[in-house]
Amino acid sequence: MHIAIIGNGISGITAARFIRKLSDHKITVISAETDYFFSRTAIMYAYMGHMRKEDLKPYEDWFWKKNRIDLKRGFVAKIDSQNKNLIFKEGANMSYDKLIIACGSTPNKFGWPGQDLDRVQGMYSMQDLDGMEAASADGLKHAVIVGGGLIGIEMAEMFHSRHIPTTFLVREDLYWNAVLPEAESKMVSRHIVESGINLQLKTELKEIIDDGTGKACAAITNKGERIDCQFVGLTAGVHPNIGFIKESAPEIEVGRGILVDEKLETSVKDIYAIGDCAQLRNPKEGRRPIEAVWYTGKMMGETVAYTVCGKVKEYSPSIWFNSAKFVDIEYQVYGTVLAKAPENHASIYWEHPEGRKSIRIVYDKNTKEVLGFNLMGIRYRHEVCEKWLKEKTSVETVLQNLGIANFDPEFYKEYETEVIKIYNQQTGKNLQLKQKRSLTAALKFLRKAVGSRQ
Amino acid sequence: MHIIQKIGLGIFITALALFTLSLGMGKYQLSEAALAISKEYHKKEIIEKAKANGLLDKRYESNFAFIADLKKTLTDAQQSLEEKAKNGIPEGVYEWDYRMGNTKSYLFGIVKSASVGPIAQNPIRWFMLTFGLGILGGLLYIFPKFVPLPGIKNNGIYHNSLTRGLQVNIRQLFLGLTIVGTIVYGIFYMNHNLLWPAITTAMIGLITWLVFFKQRSKENNPQRSASPDVTGWLGVMTGVYLIGFYILLYWMPEYITSWVVMVNPLSLSLSGNGASQWFLYGTLYTIIVLVMGIRMMSKYRHNVYQVVRTCSVMFFQTAIAFLLPEILVRLNQPYYDFKNIWPLNYSFFFDYNLDTLTNSGGLGLFMLVWGLALMIIGVPLFTYFFGKRWYCSWVCGCGGLAETMGDPFRQLSDKSLRAWKYERYIIHGVLLFAVVMTLMVLYTYFTGNYQVLIFNSDSVRTWYGFLIGSAFAGVVGTGFYPLMGNRTWCRFGCPLAGYIGLVQKYKSRFRITTNGNQCISCGNCSTYCEMGIDVRAYAQKGQDIVRSSCVGCGICSAVCPRGVLRLENSSIDVDTRTDALRALHIKDGEWTLTQ
Ligand SMILES: Cc1cc2nc3c(=O)[nH]c(=O)nc-3n(C[C@H](O)[C@H](O)[C@H](O)COP(=O)(O)OP(=O)(O)OC[C@H]3O[C@@H](n4cnc5c(N)ncnc54)[C@H](O)[C@@H]3O)c2cc1C
Ligand code: SF4
Ligand code: SF4
Repeated sequence: MHIAIIGNGISGITAARFIRKLSDHKITVISAETDYFFSRTAIMYAYMGHMRKEDLKPYEDWFWKKNRIDLKRGFVAKIDSQNKNLIFKEGANMSYDKLIIACGSTPNKFGWPGQDLDRVQGMYSMQDLDGMEAASADGLKHAVIVGGGLIGIEMAEMFHSRHIPTTFLVREDLYWNAVLPEAESKMVSRHIVESGINLQLKTELKEIIDDGTGKACAAITNKGERIDCQFVGLTAGVHPNIGFIKESAPEIEVGRGILVDEKLETSVKDIYAIGDCAQLRNPKEGRRPIEAVWYTGKMMGETVAYTVCGKVKEYSPSIWFNSAKFVDIEYQVYGTVLAKAPENHASIYWEHPEGRKSIRIVYDKNTKEVLGFNLMGIRYRHEVCEKWLKEKTSVETVLQNLGIANFDPEFYKEYETEVIKIYNQQTGKNLQLKQKRSLTAALKFLRKAVGSRQ
Repeated sequence: MHIIQKIGLGIFITALALFTLSLGMGKYQLSEAALAISKEYHKKEIIEKAKANGLLDKRYESNFAFIADLKKTLTDAQQSLEEKAKNGIPEGVYEWDYRMGNTKSYLFGIVKSASVGPIAQNPIRWFMLTFGLGILGGLLYIFPKFVPLPGIKNNGIYHNSLTRGLQVNIRQLFLGLTIVGTIVYGIFYMNHNLLWPAITTAMIGLITWLVFFKQRSKENNPQRSASPDVTGWLGVMTGVYLIGFYILLYWMPEYITSWVVMVNPLSLSLSGNGASQWFLYGTLYTIIVLVMGIRMMSKYRHNVYQVVRTCSVMFFQTAIAFLLPEILVRLNQPYYDFKNIWPLNYSFFFDYNLDTLTNSGGLGLFMLVWGLALMIIGVPLFTYFFGKRWYCSWVCGCGGLAETMGDPFRQLSDKSLRAWKYERYIIHGVLLFAVVMTLMVLYTYFTGNYQVLIFNSDSVRTWYGFLIGSAFAGVVGTGFYPLMGNRTWCRFGCPLAGYIGLVQKYKSRFRITTNGNQCISCGNCSTYCEMGIDVRAYAQKGQDIVRSSCVGCGICSAVCPRGVLRLENSSIDVDTRTDALRALHIKDGEWTLTQ
């Protein structure tokens, strides 16, 4: 059986690797972007000079041949699902028995005048990275970035690392406050400014001006301000990259993304979709139909591998988690932490006086079960948090054992007692921390769940 | 760059230039009075020949001319003694003592005592102009780094000519030249005894064959092992400078007496003895560890683990490795570095060391027992509790230099699978060599018999010192910092690291835990792992990292932008540390982290 995979990103590659683990099928991974899989999440580090482009590749180049995963560079222009055939823009054909679409996302553009000029781009692909390098080599003196999400701040940090003055336009009144609770959102907004990036809140892009040669030379904001610049970064989110499917294969049902069922199969038999481009028809409770993050791509890739190899599995992701880094502040989240807390959510929030670290624990006011953890500048153990959340543990049990969740490096100060103090103040109780940071305690706690492993 | 940094850099470069140029500033004049040679019959002979050659009291403006004439004089003296020995030797003198076997041993001392130039006249002023200004410039460059917000600042490392590394073919050229150069020079060093250079060449061939053909990694062309198409020439020049420094230090110290003269006053004030080239090296080493240690702390000041660890290596280098042995000498005790452990300290079991320790009373015996205890009990015990790091990145001097001066170069280690294969053969090969060499030396010590099978234990020991102790640990170990990263010696060569690594791998509480499924495969950890461990390969599949080479520097954990890695210890799963896959995987149809 020949399994073709469109897209060599994390989801396509994970699928390929697991299919190889599970079977002997012929596998071809197709990409128009690069010859080899690379870590999209790390393109900022290549620009900033932390790593070289080849360091972005998680596997050495010989890995693919050794594992008999064929790589093909090319753009799929048409999917002929009737004849199970792919037609490439370059002209060639490729037949398949099963097809996995993992074609990722593409940056949003909202019809701004001038959005298609030179030196106006998003940051998604290797070509986008090259575009930023080219703009920088071309005497970039000022950059404007539009859209206050995770990619926008990465782009700002990138330019900042090369001492290129950067104006960061954010529509909301605080950075990323649709996702982060207000205190954290304030902390990050403060940090962006103290890092030396010109953060303009409540500001939108209206128009990009052409310098006469087809390149951007200024951005006009909704406040009427003109910012002279030689680069405009469009980072107002991404959407599934399904243009070629809409055009060439209308039999594949799409919404915002490619619609898939629990088995990640599309409306056409033997065609599956995973990763950023997939839209779940029936997402699990509390999860969104499109989750464009690394980790879900990985999980979907593994799930679909089982299914195409005949061991049908349903995609049922576990507790939500994510992480990011805002310049120098690391961020981790486990479970449900909402920007606008509903009535039944209560939270314990501790912030370090220096304002670059915080811990938030969200729990249900009525049932007292713990719902989520939001960490800034502090690391918590994924497994421990997940287990507490899955088992709907009482917030008081969590607090008393909070040390086992702490994952900060050795010698780092532990702040769990401060968190408990705040809970005690809020509730008039007198809880004490029973367990400090300890791997042994964490392992004991985790093993209890699965009985003795050996 | 901050203006203060620019000034600092300017001062540092001036100091470095003066330091380098000072080698050519020495003036030399050999006088009878200054010639400090204890063996009267040698001294007499040398003076006679010096007179005959017109060397005595003649002023030389350049060390090349002086050393050339001096070498001739020494050879003449040697030959003449040979002749005389045929007609009988003075009462009470051994024949081998009377003959002047090795003229080299006199060369350095005579050149040093004949130094009369501006540096010899005013060594303290020159010390301040070179070492002093260098420290000042370095600190001025470093201090402004404390100003910006703390956090990982690796910006521009791969844009910088000093730190971006070199193309794979230029690296191969350096390695090839170094290997060939070492073997060829080794033949001269061993007085044309070809046995050991031949065995070494055969071993190099064997390892290459094993890696390339037996393990089939010839076709596994490593893309990530060096820079693909750029070479940082500043880095290459720094490498060449360092390699040159080590060659002079180990094998031609007579050419660097200007430097030794500068640190003479310091040596006198510490141990009461004049400085040797080793004292110069120790001083330079300590100063670099201290200054670059401050830089390390400026860079990782938000990371307490790094700060504590850096303080630790600075302390051990300054107090235990540098000052204490000098003070011991002042107190008429044996020179002893309490933290140096066999087999890194390969001369521990050499006859002269054993004799010194056993003949120096209680303290000497204590040193002997201490050294044995560290090696037999300390290493396994501490490694069991804390992992290899207790030594390699907290205590060791080589590690100390790698973690301070070497920090800017840590990203240059080769992460390819092929390099790992080389590593395992080479480091365990060196460990085996150290064990075999030591056993032979001990056999000779106890039996008085130099011949062990077909080998002469004295030449084994000389070859080990030359090949591993000097060429590998020094020339390659440090000279290759800007070419192959800061732990080339620790990773490929150090027999002690090989020994500790085996303990770490098979019986230790230490591991690097990965945090569930949080890894985004960005590769920062692998890039900055100085031991060339592909940390990401483990982290992305959620496997804890247990590798014999990991020195526990904690940098992978520090640079990870997603908080995925934690160095930690636990005794409850010592034998199953690598079993857990912490990443989410499907199990019985459900996604689960804990397996
Ligand atoms: C700068 C940046 C930083 C990010 N950081 C994080 C982070 O920190 N954490 C996190 O969880 N997520 C992060 N993400 C999101 C994460 O990278 C994506 O969710 C993930 O890469 C999606 O993987 P994928 O395999 O679904 O698709 P992609 O990685 O987008 O791969 C799709 C591939 O398919 C190719 N392709 C598409 N159509 C065709 C066609 N017709 N023919 C041939 N090839 C085609 C594309 O060129 C592309 O190479 C980041 C994204 C970006 C851009
Ligand atoms: S794995 Fe991490 S701790 Fe170990 S040597 Fe590499 S960077 Fe240092
Ligand atoms: S462990 Fe951290 S640094 Fe390493 S690849 Fe994963 S996210 Fe990147």
